[in-house]
Amino acid sequence: MEKEKLLEVRDLKISATNDDGEIIPIVKGVTFDVHKGEVVALIGESGSGKTTISLASLAYTKPGLHFAGGQALLNGEDLLSIEPLRTRELRGAKVAYLAQSAAATFNPAITIGEQVTESAVLHGVMTQEEATRRAEELYHALELPEADRIGYRYPHQVSGGQLQRLMAAMALCGNPDLMVLDEPTTALDVTTQIEVLKAFKKVIQEENSAAIYVTHDLAVVAQIADHIVVLYGGEIMEQGSSDQIINNPSHAYTKRLMAAVRPTPQSGLGTEIGAEHDRDLPAVQVGNMTAGYGGIVSGEPKITILRDIDMDVKNGHVVGVIGESGCGKSTLARVIAGLLPQARGSIKLDGKELEGDLHGRKLEELQKIQFVFQMADTALNPKQVIGDIIGRPLEFYHGLKGRQKHAKVVEILEMVELPADFATRYPMELSGGQKQRINMARSLAANPEVMLCDEVTSALDSIVGANVIKLLTSLRDRTGVSFVFISHDLSTVASFADEIVVLYAGRVVEQGPTNEVLDPPFHPYTRLLISSVPELRIGWLEETMQKREMAVGIAKDVEITAVGCPFFNRCPMGIEGKCEQESPPVRNLEDGHQISCHRTIEELNQAEMEIQQVLHGYEKPGVDDSHPTAH
Amino acid sequence: MNENKSTKEEAVLAELDAFAELPDAPPKRRIKLSWVGKLSVAVVAFWLVMCVIGPSIAPFHEMDMDGDDGFMDAHSNEYGTFHLGTDYLGRDTLSRIIFGARNTIGISLASTILAYLMGITLGILAAVKGGWIDMGISRINDAILALPTIMLGLIAIAWLGSSIPVLIGTASIIYASSVFRIARALGQDIMVQDFVEAAKARGEGVWWIIRSEVLPNAAMPLATDFGLRLVFVVLFISSLSFLGLGVQPPASDWGSMVRENLQGLTYGSYAAIWPAFAIATFTIAINLIVDDVSAKSGGSLAKKMV
Amino acid sequence: MMMQMVLQRIAIGFATLIVVSVIVFLMTSVLPGDVAQIILGQSATPETLAALRKELGMDQPGYMRYFSWLGNMFTGDLGISKAGGATIESLIGGRLSNTMVMAGLVALISIPISIALGLWAAMHPGTWLDRFVTFGTLSTISVPEFFIATILVLILAVELHWLPSTAYLTGEENFFELLGALAMPLITLVIVVSAQMIRMTRAGILNVMSSPYIEMAILKGVPKRRIILRHAFFNAIGPIVNVIALNLAYLVSGVVIVETIFSYPGLAKLMIDGVQTRDLPLVQACAMIFCGTYVLLILLADIASILSNPRLRNPK
Repeated sequence: MEKEKLLEVRDLKISATNDDGEIIPIVKGVTFDVHKGEVVALIGESGSGKTTISLASLAYTKPGLHFAGGQALLNGEDLLSIEPLRTRELRGAKVAYLAQSAAATFNPAITIGEQVTESAVLHGVMTQEEATRRAEELYHALELPEADRIGYRYPHQVSGGQLQRLMAAMALCGNPDLMVLDEPTTALDVTTQIEVLKAFKKVIQEENSAAIYVTHDLAVVAQIADHIVVLYGGEIMEQGSSDQIINNPSHAYTKRLMAAVRPTPQSGLGTEIGAEHDRDLPAVQVGNMTAGYGGIVSGEPKITILRDIDMDVKNGHVVGVIGESGCGKSTLARVIAGLLPQARGSIKLDGKELEGDLHGRKLEELQKIQFVFQMADTALNPKQVIGDIIGRPLEFYHGLKGRQKHAKVVEILEMVELPADFATRYPMELSGGQKQRINMARSLAANPEVMLCDEVTSALDSIVGANVIKLLTSLRDRTGVSFVFISHDLSTVASFADEIVVLYAGRVVEQGPTNEVLDPPFHPYTRLLISSVPELRIGWLEETMQKREMAVGIAKDVEITAVGCPFFNRCPMGIEGKCEQESPPVRNLEDGHQISCHRTIEELNQAEMEIQQVLHGYEKPGVDDSHPTAH
Repeated sequence: MNENKSTKEEAVLAELDAFAELPDAPPKRRIKLSWVGKLSVAVVAFWLVMCVIGPSIAPFHEMDMDGDDGFMDAHSNEYGTFHLGTDYLGRDTLSRIIFGARNTIGISLASTILAYLMGITLGILAAVKGGWIDMGISRINDAILALPTIMLGLIAIAWLGSSIPVLIGTASIIYASSVFRIARALGQDIMVQDFVEAAKARGEGVWWIIRSEVLPNAAMPLATDFGLRLVFVVLFISSLSFLGLGVQPPASDWGSMVRENLQGLTYGSYAAIWPAFAIATFTIAINLIVDDVSAKSGGSLAKKMV
Repeated sequence: MMMQMVLQRIAIGFATLIVVSVIVFLMTSVLPGDVAQIILGQSATPETLAALRKELGMDQPGYMRYFSWLGNMFTGDLGISKAGGATIESLIGGRLSNTMVMAGLVALISIPISIALGLWAAMHPGTWLDRFVTFGTLSTISVPEFFIATILVLILAVELHWLPSTAYLTGEENFFELLGALAMPLITLVIVVSAQMIRMTRAGILNVMSSPYIEMAILKGVPKRRIILRHAFFNAIGPIVNVIALNLAYLVSGVVIVETIFSYPGLAKLMIDGVQTRDLPLVQACAMIFCGTYVLLILLADIASILSNPRLRNPK
């Protein structure tokens, strides 16, 4: 049964004009269809042209781009050749757009309600009263709090996850035929992403609207799309039903993409570390450390970011620090590096206490701890060539000069798998992945004992990021350097860390060897994190979501509290009167596995059994998960 | 067909393996001037050359009263040709403009350079050191900025009288405060960049950070600002001269030339217009160059509106 | 939060005024030479000198003189002019209102013109009219005020004989004569002040125009007029109000030049005369009035941009 075609894209070509007036093809002849009630995913890495293609369905190109050929027929009308005034009638009424960052796309000076209903009212689809009522219905459907009042607020007054859902309401308000969703969950934390994804899926089903879903994340696509178009360099590599692409990809590039997706975190995946680098003393020990910003009054900073942190980094080990935005994971690295002196507690290097402020540290101590910044773009001075960037630590710590220095630079470039002639290039001339390698090479040049890597793969495409992780692993094996690997992405951390530290609102809630942390018993927050990472499997979202909330906690704003357990307001098994008032005790399990919770290990084990029952109980009725979406 | 497909696949994979991702930003863009910009460069260059060689090629000396009478139109006599006529004392207007370039532009340039030396040194120092040094300098600076420049000039001249050193000193201190503000803001922006954090974490000293990280990145924006600042200083010096409080007669200077010859306007003499015109060519040209060099202003989105 | 910020700005503004008064006092008091000596001339006896010093309060330490001077300023006792010995209040009185009338008229004419033209240029970027406005305003702000004034005199007074080239007032003009006399200085100042305001309004709007929420509005099919007036203007209003206040403050220096050229009997002309004759009490008083106004306008600009920030106006 062939459904009615809504959008037909035929041999679409889009080009850019650069400053010299040269024309560069961006989209090189793309053909696909969107049927009524169908979600089509455009998947690809940066530079694949996925956003550019999706905007064509709004008859729009970003400034500097222009249509160079082909057709995009919306209900038979060619969007590429219509009158400018007609595009205005279509946008918002027939096709609606949902952008990546809701925080930037909501106008800060206008109330949410006016922005949500604006398009529907302007296009005469409905009156202001009808639109307002419709918006409220949508707020309910999207499970937004205070649906009757949220419309009177300003964008900065609601949270990021809520704003993302409000943008969906904005897109849906005028009953468009087609929605274009451009990476709508990419900027969100994993526990928020799943809520938003669920809400999107629900309204798309209820409204039976068609959608183009643009993303780089295969696991997300598997949950929401009916049809997948795989793009690379402005061309289609492969397209087909979700089932075919996910379970039986045929193109080598798609396979490569699948391989770069980190497996869902579970025990037994991390590399087992050989004993050859083990020594008695941990390389870095953090003891009972509290840190934050603002003046320090009796060991308490004005704004506390980290509270009572205890952790060890063993020699030659990779310690993964995991947590959501604002949990203080970057601050932890800054404190260890001496960029932010701690208010209280100690940092030890090879058993020797370090000064909090890096100005008080010895050159040798500075050399042994190296910081790798998240964004290679800003971490490399744009006015220095690579040779100088890598050469500086060689000169500064080891006194190398001239030819000796150059030889070492070449050697280090080799270590990060880059050619020697990169030494004369400027950072701007390199790609994102190459810059990140230079960023790490600079730290390697110091010949450190510990490297602090702050979200070094988050800004990279999945294949590039996977290569960087591979490089990190081989560096660890070859040099015996210890790594503190900070990330918001549990799958990445779980795939190669030896130990994991889970941070929540500035506190360690659970830590231990990777296998122990990823096996029950779990801290309730770890449980929430694990169950929030989308699996690359069709039907996963339905399975998990139905009972997930009651089982593992709810998405709420993170509260940073001075007393009690910070996770209390989201915890499904919190004990009222206790958790919010007393700091949770640290419960020690085998192999240094620690959980910080008021619940006993027995209670946590019991809870896990119940969760398993809930999750698997849903599977039992025999739902065939190869047909994910029923209409 | 099948073969075709597999070669294409291989090409894509080869590209991925070769790490042939595109650079994030296009390679260095050379500064390209429009024809207006090129013309402006020529105008500025012309006046700078005049400052150096002007007095030796001017047909008359700036103080020679060789014209037949005051406020004459272009004419010739036994001493030579007066291409732009004469001023109120019968001096050759063209020669006085050529001589005046040295005073007007020279004083302005000296003041701007001095302002830059003071402003950048203190601004970068405040940005890098922060804390009390920053607080102290910034507060004093705010107070200077809180006064209209012309008022500061008037008060200074009322206090010390008018002479070229007083003019240069006053102008450089007044404009050093704006340079300070910009240099400090730029410095602060650069100081929080990750690459400076990286240098700090490495244990680099303040001097090395300033020299290798801050200054190379601040150079271009400061150069653009230098142009704007120079224009402001030229306007400031000319205005003071115009009020009779700047360069003192009989030395020639574009601002005072306008003032001296103002009453000639009523007799139809252009002696006041030419020097004003000279100022305009110089300052407009500089501003056009700055406009051309600095990034194109927004508006690409505005064009998409229907 | 917002109230707190506004109060903080007011406090800073007040502190700035104090610093300004110290600068003005210091620069005009620590003079080479002895004021009493200058007033009485070379023939003065030591006794009369001492008497005059006592009368002028010169025998007191510097900070005491500063405080009594500041106190007098606040109570309107501005001292006595060195030239002629008239009280400065009497010299300033009429002049101040003349300058205020001029500045007020300039503001009244230039603000609507500037906002309209700035908005219009921002709505049609890249068109030849936009380029003309951009080039015209750039040229205007690049040249000295007296250049504009001179050109206007040449065209309107000398060549066309439409307007008088001076704006000297006798106090007995009728309304039209007054308007005619004021026309030249008014036109000059309006051109000078508007040019800057147009540029900054245009830049402010275009800056807002490049934000993602404008792209979103375009993609929602919102018409151009509404994008500019509802989406862009509301976000640009803070910067624009700021621009207006800053440029009214900038009028201070424009007024100085224009009053001199057209012999307009305003406060600035009085001050220039004072500087030329080095009549320091007069310069002090005028400088304080100008600087006070300037600081006040800058303060207003600051407060306006705080009040127009939606994040501050609607706290969480």
